[in-house]
Amino acid sequence: MLEVHDLAGRRGHADLFAGVDFRVPAGGAVVVTGPNGTGKTTLLRMLAGLSAPAAGEIRLKGHKVAPFAPELRAAVAYAGHLPALKDELTAEENLSSLVRLAGGTAGPDAMRSALDRVALGRRRSLPARVLSAGQRRRIGLARLALLERPVWILDEPVTALDAAGIGLLATLVHDHLDRGGAAVLATHQALGLEPSRVQSLVLGG
Amino acid sequence: MALNWYRFSSPATFYPLAGRLVPLFGWGAAVLAAVGLWLGFVVAPTDFQQGEVYRIIFIHVPSAWMSMFLYVVMAFWGALLLGFNTRLSGMMAQAIAPTGALMTFIALWSGALWGRPTWGTYWAWDARMTSELILLFLYFGIIALRQAIGDPRRADRACAVLALVGVVNIPIIYFSVKWWNTLHQGASVKLTGSSMETTMLAGMLVMSFAFWFYAIAVVLARVRTIVLERERGAAWVAELPEARSA
Amino acid sequence: MSGMALRSPAPAAFEAAAGRTADGALAGLRWAAARDLRLALRSRAELGVQLLFYVIVVALFPLSMTPERNLLATMGPGVLWVAALLASLLSLPRLFATDHADGTLEQIALSPYPLEALVAGKVLAHWLTTGLPVALLAPLLALQYYLDAGSVAVLVAGLLLGTPILSLLGAVGAALTLGLRGGGGSLLALLILPLYVPVLIFGAGAVDAARAGLGATANLSLLGAGLALALVGTPFAAAAAVRIALD
Repeated sequence: MLEVHDLAGRRGHADLFAGVDFRVPAGGAVVVTGPNGTGKTTLLRMLAGLSAPAAGEIRLKGHKVAPFAPELRAAVAYAGHLPALKDELTAEENLSSLVRLAGGTAGPDAMRSALDRVALGRRRSLPARVLSAGQRRRIGLARLALLERPVWILDEPVTALDAAGIGLLATLVHDHLDRGGAAVLATHQALGLEPSRVQSLVLGG
Repeated sequence: MALNWYRFSSPATFYPLAGRLVPLFGWGAAVLAAVGLWLGFVVAPTDFQQGEVYRIIFIHVPSAWMSMFLYVVMAFWGALLLGFNTRLSGMMAQAIAPTGALMTFIALWSGALWGRPTWGTYWAWDARMTSELILLFLYFGIIALRQAIGDPRRADRACAVLALVGVVNIPIIYFSVKWWNTLHQGASVKLTGSSMETTMLAGMLVMSFAFWFYAIAVVLARVRTIVLERERGAAWVAELPEARSA
Repeated sequence: MSGMALRSPAPAAFEAAAGRTADGALAGLRWAAARDLRLALRSRAELGVQLLFYVIVVALFPLSMTPERNLLATMGPGVLWVAALLASLLSLPRLFATDHADGTLEQIALSPYPLEALVAGKVLAHWLTTGLPVALLAPLLALQYYLDAGSVAVLVAGLLLGTPILSLLGAVGAALTLGLRGGGGSLLALLILPLYVPVLIFGAGAVDAARAGLGATANLSLLGAGLALALVGTPFAAAAAVRIALD
């Protein structure tokens, strides 16, 4: 699904990593680990098409893709450090806005059942401002579930999530892989994903 | 003869080439300036209206031409950078900006010095001077934007976008200021116009080439330092004789 | 864990989703404009503050001189236009900065809709919440400068044509200065104000020409041409600048 060849990343003058090679098959996941400052976020942003690699190439379904390529934007669901929520909008409005932005067609019922699933059903009319950090993260999980994107790129997805939230994330990722999706996750914390489907990539090691 | 331009777009090939070109253009500028000043101050006759004062045009006009020309060249390199992602183009654009700003400043300064005896004031809201002032702001904007962005790659690309927006705007700005100027009857003074002496024109042209050669020499020298700064980690830089002796 | 299963699309749904790329420039524009307008309406107080800034700047000029009728009528168009420029400039840093700070801008740049259309939608919302109110408020403020009805009509027509150009050009500057030290105000002003010069000249010039009995058509036509040019060019420049800022 997604292939990476001889990828190198740099931030300003600092070389972060070089010669990174891996392949994420449909139904498989890559978990990226490594100490702070080794370029996990930089790598994931490259995979999402947000920044250009210093060297090497990224292939989607066998075709080389440039940053912001339309094929990449249509295939990838990216969740970065920042939750992309607006304090002024309610949980439901935030979710609906993000799904529409990604070209999603889920109707109000699907939105509500997605919020139910991430245990925000009863808080869907509250402004995001009053939600906790973990609850805000859960809106992001509901978004992922609704997007129908074959490739998930998740940067530190467990941040601020409680045990139930982490379990929910693992279920969502498993469902996604079961449907033939692929995922790349950067995380410090074990998610409890099936080891047979997960490759591990250690940066700075 | 097929010249491989891409070969020279690599900083490693360009660095020594620029090193050979800098003295060439530097000396060229010096010789041209000597000839141009001799033409301008010795050969060219005294203007029957303005007397000797007009001779500042041998500095003023070439610098004004260069100020606009360099902005266009800078935008051209910016377009190349955005279009072909050639690293060197960004460095060229970066190297041109200070020289462009300097030319604009010289044009304004010499214009003010010329304006005082001829118009009786250092500053007039003349269409050309006003446009030149705005051009100076545009150069300052480019330089300030680069200073504010730390990362050179982002700075190159952001400045390229700004330069392209600016280059589309410069004719519009010039036209608008001229329009405003005619509507408000500004104090525009023209030199004796088409009846300009051939020697005056020759002096101005030679001086323009002197300024042009100077700009090329300075820009190339600046590009060389930018290349060294940005590629300091590269193997070819470490193997340079000047790097090894240091 | 909740037993309520989320409707899982079949694997083939991925292909369908991939096929449905960004044909909808208009849909993207509508999304961005509608969202920004909704956000602006949720924080109406800020909009009010921007308009008050405009009103106060306009009211300051007569206080700095002898409020003589003819002098004020001569200066009025220019003052109203300069204040409009400043009001536009004041609100510009936030055009992308809040989206940048909370991560929305990344999602906007990764949306299947063309980024140019999304940027244009944001600019449209910016104009509806700053430029349009400024233009509509101008007749009231023109009273302070003793402008006659004909001049006021030309002034408003000029502002309606010119303020969108301010928003469009400003979007490029706002995107270029995203996330920079001191990028909020002064750098943006340095980048953008020189580019605003033609708008100021043709806008204020239109009223001058009308007052001088020359007719404002030429000035207004030039503003219209400038608007057409800005509409075509600036969304691409601003979108490129957004991508550069995210990289």
